[in-house]
Formats: sequence, structure tokens, C-alpha cells
Amino acid sequence: MKAYFFKRIIAMIITLWLIITGTFFLMHSVPGSPFNEERTTNEAIQKNLESYYQLDKPLIVQYGNYLKALVKLDLGPSIKKSSQTVNDMLGRGFPVSFELGMYTLIVALISGLILGVVAALRHNGIIDYLAMSIAVLGISIPNFVMATVLIQQLAVNLPIFPVATWSSPKHMVLPILALATGPMAIIARLTRTSMLEVLTQDYIKTAKAKGLSPVKIVFKHALRNALLPVVTVLGSLAASILTGTFVIEKIFAIPGMGKYFVDSINNRDYPVIMGTTVFYSAILIFMLLLVDIAYGVLDPRIKLHKKEAK
Amino acid sequence: MELRKQEAQNISPDVPNEWFVPKVRNKEEAEAVVRPSLSYWQDSWHRLLKNKLAMAGLIFLILLALLAIFGPIFSTHSVETQKLAEQNLPPSSKYWFGTDDLGRDVFIRTCYGARISLFVGLMAALIDFIIGVVYGGLSGYKGGRTDNLMMRIIEILYGLPYLLVVILVMVVIGPGLTTIILALSITGWVGMARIVRGQVLQIKNYEFVLASKTFGTKTARIIRKNLLPNTMGPIIVQMTLTIPSAIFAEAFLSFIGLGIQAPHASWGVMANDGLSTILSGYWWRLFFPTMFISLTMFAFNVLGDGLQDALDPKLRR
Repeated sequence: MKAYFFKRIIAMIITLWLIITGTFFLMHSVPGSPFNEERTTNEAIQKNLESYYQLDKPLIVQYGNYLKALVKLDLGPSIKKSSQTVNDMLGRGFPVSFELGMYTLIVALISGLILGVVAALRHNGIIDYLAMSIAVLGISIPNFVMATVLIQQLAVNLPIFPVATWSSPKHMVLPILALATGPMAIIARLTRTSMLEVLTQDYIKTAKAKGLSPVKIVFKHALRNALLPVVTVLGSLAASILTGTFVIEKIFAIPGMGKYFVDSINNRDYPVIMGTTVFYSAILIFMLLLVDIAYGVLDPRIKLHKKEAK
Repeated sequence: MELRKQEAQNISPDVPNEWFVPKVRNKEEAEAVVRPSLSYWQDSWHRLLKNKLAMAGLIFLILLALLAIFGPIFSTHSVETQKLAEQNLPPSSKYWFGTDDLGRDVFIRTCYGARISLFVGLMAALIDFIIGVVYGGLSGYKGGRTDNLMMRIIEILYGLPYLLVVILVMVVIGPGLTTIILALSITGWVGMARIVRGQVLQIKNYEFVLASKTFGTKTARIIRKNLLPNTMGPIIVQMTLTIPSAIFAEAFLSFIGLGIQAPHASWGVMANDGLSTILSGYWWRLFFPTMFISLTMFAFNVLGDGLQDALDPKLRR
């Protein structure tokens, strides 16, 4: 177990390092300095600016400095918003984005599981077709389209919910709904297929023969095993929710990390783009590790420390 | 005997006695194949034809392709013509889908959006196919240390957040159609490579491959002639599911301002424009592009599901 974790963490660090290096050199391969675009500044000022942001040093030195700062979890200053550091921005934006992401994941998981289980129990019935139609629709409708539809119907036509900002639970309903439909649909489909498979297994028959109540059979025996495929996609679902927050935060004017990220892209604020990318990647890689651990806990047959079956 | 026949006739006078003559078993006839034997592809096609939803998706996509190619010919308006006197007109017989804030015809712009979306989707799928098949085929077929190394590389790429990489590349190279396709292909082929590798690992141990090897067939030919045709099913399914995700990525990028740029029409760009005017009640500017994005992705998804069922009946549930 320990050896496995050690290996995984080493792999995590390597992946993260590759991302950092890739992002760093990509960002610095963009032609032109960020300062000589709009206003023509005095040459001395420009020199000072460049030395403040260390842009006058050779690339490899800049890279070394960036890595050194990163180890101390310092992501550097923002170029366009001169008084702020990337850390400030992330510190302000992350809690909001995290809240949005977590609520979305919870809503998607609960509704997806219910939909999938009900569809599997009523296999080929009307409820099954209905649930699966909802699921395919959910997969097909992009989150930003969902957001616009929700705004149009529930904020403009019928003014039930407010549209912008993130101040009260009522403000959170629409963004969470818009972001959760896609993941919900994926979870529902997966749950249905794996439930259908599990329900034909012998141990379910045994449980029925023993006279267990249907509720107990479904929740204690079937669902636990049917959950495995769902757990495997949680990592990539988290990724899609994370990238979804960019556009959802932009549409609903939520002051989260995604909004800073999109703004920094439009402003070409390279340190912010880099810092946010590195931060996002770290979260995602960490999520993938968590998913693997969860997988091992749910299914004791999978032994983490053994070599993967090929 | 005589009596029984009589009885039979008595019971049902309509049934002639010849019907009760025992059939002589003919060995050759028994062996004969009555129905023409179907190849794997014909069989799959028949299964697909029976899937109504998948067929509806296929028909929609064919119509969409026709609209994208020929749609602009039938309209008297053009994509970029701006008629400032005819701003934000609702749908009418002159402008089927209405006009936008610069007086441009939304219908034509939707047709051009279809061109871009379909082009991006198909190109991304094609590039994924080429890289994924070569990489996955080689990795699976060679096995051993080569496979191990190639898989490590894939694992690292797989850990990268797809849209984040695409966004980064777009920032660096600059927006545009070619960059979108390029950015999508950088990490997009990984899924395909994994599927092909898994399939090849399984199939390469079958007897017919061994037979080929004992004849001294070269590796490239074995991969091309023995392995690939037998992995085509999952590959096609993966391609149909790559297309909607590429279309989504293009619309997403254009929506946040990193994709197709202003004078050109893309569904994402149009949706973004439409969203800013939603409070003014110009619903058609938002409705048509978003409806087309959703319908197209829906069609590809149901077609992909249908193909999966048709090509791999073992997995069918």
C-alpha cells in the first residue's frame, strides 16, 4: 500500500512538473512583451517594469526562479492588475468555485444515481425510456446552452430566480442546475448499465431467495457494486465540472476562479493564466488520486499495492 | 389406417390429405443454406436500421450536412452583408431565422456555423483516428517494454485537463479554425490510442494472427490486414463520440472568445452574441444557434450509441 502511494505521488509530481514546464515555455514563446502592446511607455519605465517582473533575465533563469517560488507556493504577481498577486486572486476565487463545484457534484451524483437506479429497476419500461431520454439530452446540451435556457425561462420569462452573483442560496440554484445536467446524465447512464449487469448476478438471486426486502437488495447488494464504474469516471467528471465553471461563472457573473481565468485569457495576463493552470492541474491530479483510493475502498478485490492486471 | 384417414377427413374437410404425407429427408437439402449469409458489416447495418433513434440521428446529420453545403445557395442573403436598417428583425418569410444586431441573416449564419462545426468535428475525429490507430496499434502489437513506455506517456497525457490544454494552446497560437483543430488533436488522440491498444492486445493472440506470422508476414501488414479490420467496430464508435465533444469544444471556445473570430459565424460566437441581448427579448438570436448545437450533439450521441449496440451485440443490454 505504502509503495503504491509512493509511486503514485512520484508520478503526480512528474505530471505536474511537466504541466508547469509546458505552460511556462508555452507562455513565454508568445511573441512580444506584455508591456509594449497598448501604450507606448518611456523606455526607462519599460526597463524597470521588465526587471520588476524579471522579464529581462534569460528564460532559463526565469524558469528556475518560477520553480523556486512555486515550491514556496508563490505564484507570482499579476501583470495587468498590478497591485494583486495570483495568490490573492486564487484565494478569493477558489472558495466560491469550490462551493459551486461541490454543490454541483453532489446534485449531479444524487440525481444521476436515482435516475439510473430507477431506470434499471424499470428496465425497458416507460420510466426507463424517459430517464434515458433525459440522460442523452443532458449529455447533448452544452452547459452554456443550458445556462442560457435556464436564464431565459426561469429568470426572464418567469422571474423566479435572480441571475447574477453568488450572494444567497437563491442565486446558486441556476448556476448549479446548469452545471449539473451534463455530469448527472453521464452518471445516470453509467449507473443504469452497471445496475442492469449487477442485477442479473447470482448473489442478487440468492438475496431474493433469502427473502430480503427489495430496498435492502438494491441499496446494500446491488448499488454498492454498481457504483464502481461511476467512481472511475468521477475524476474526469470533476475535470469537466471544473472547466464548466469557467463559462458558468462568466455567464452568471460569479466572482470565482473561472471568471479570473477567462478574464486573464482575454487580458493576456500571462502570470495569472500560468498560475491558474498550474493550480487547476494540481487539483485535478489530486482528484484522480482520490478516485483511485475510493475505488480500492469500495472494491476490496482491487489491491492497490499489487501490480495492475494487464 | 383407413379408418383414421376417414376420421381426419371428417373432422376438417378443407384440409387435403396430401398435407399429411411424411416428408422424405434429403441430405443435400438439409445442408443447404437458405438465407444468404451476412457479413459482419451487413449484419450490423441491419441492426442499426432497426434502431429508430439512431436512424433519426443519422437522417438529421445528413440533412444538416446538406444544409451546410447547399443552404447558402438557396438564400438571397449573404453571411457578412450588414443591413443596418434591418436590425434584430424577428423570424419572417424574408429572414427565416430573423436578423442580428448588424442586420445579418441568422439563417445563413447558422448554415455557416454548421459548416464550421461539422468541419471541426470531422477533422478532429480524423486526426485522432490516424494518430490513435498508429500509436495504439504499435503499442499493443509490440508489447513488452515498448508498450510500457508508450503507456506511461499516455498516462501523463491522460492526466492533463483536456479543455485547459486546448485553452492554453489557443492563447499561445492565437484564435482561428486551424488552431482549434490543432489544439483539439494534441490530447484528443489519447482515448483512441487506448481503445486500439486494448483491442490489439486481445486480438493479436488469436490463431489467425499466429498463422499470418508463421507465413512470415511483415508487422505493418499484420497490423493493417489482420488487426485493424477486427478493431474497426470500437474505433468507429469512438470516432462518432469524438465528433460531438469536438463540436462542443469549438462552441465552448468561441463562446468564451477564444475560437472563431468575429466576421465568421460559428454557433458558439452566435450564442455568445445572442446571450448579451437576451434581456431585450431577441430570443431568435440565441435560440437558433443553441438549438442547432444541442440537436447536432444529440444526433451524434444517439448515432454513436446505436452504432455501439449494432457493432458490438455482445455488449447489448
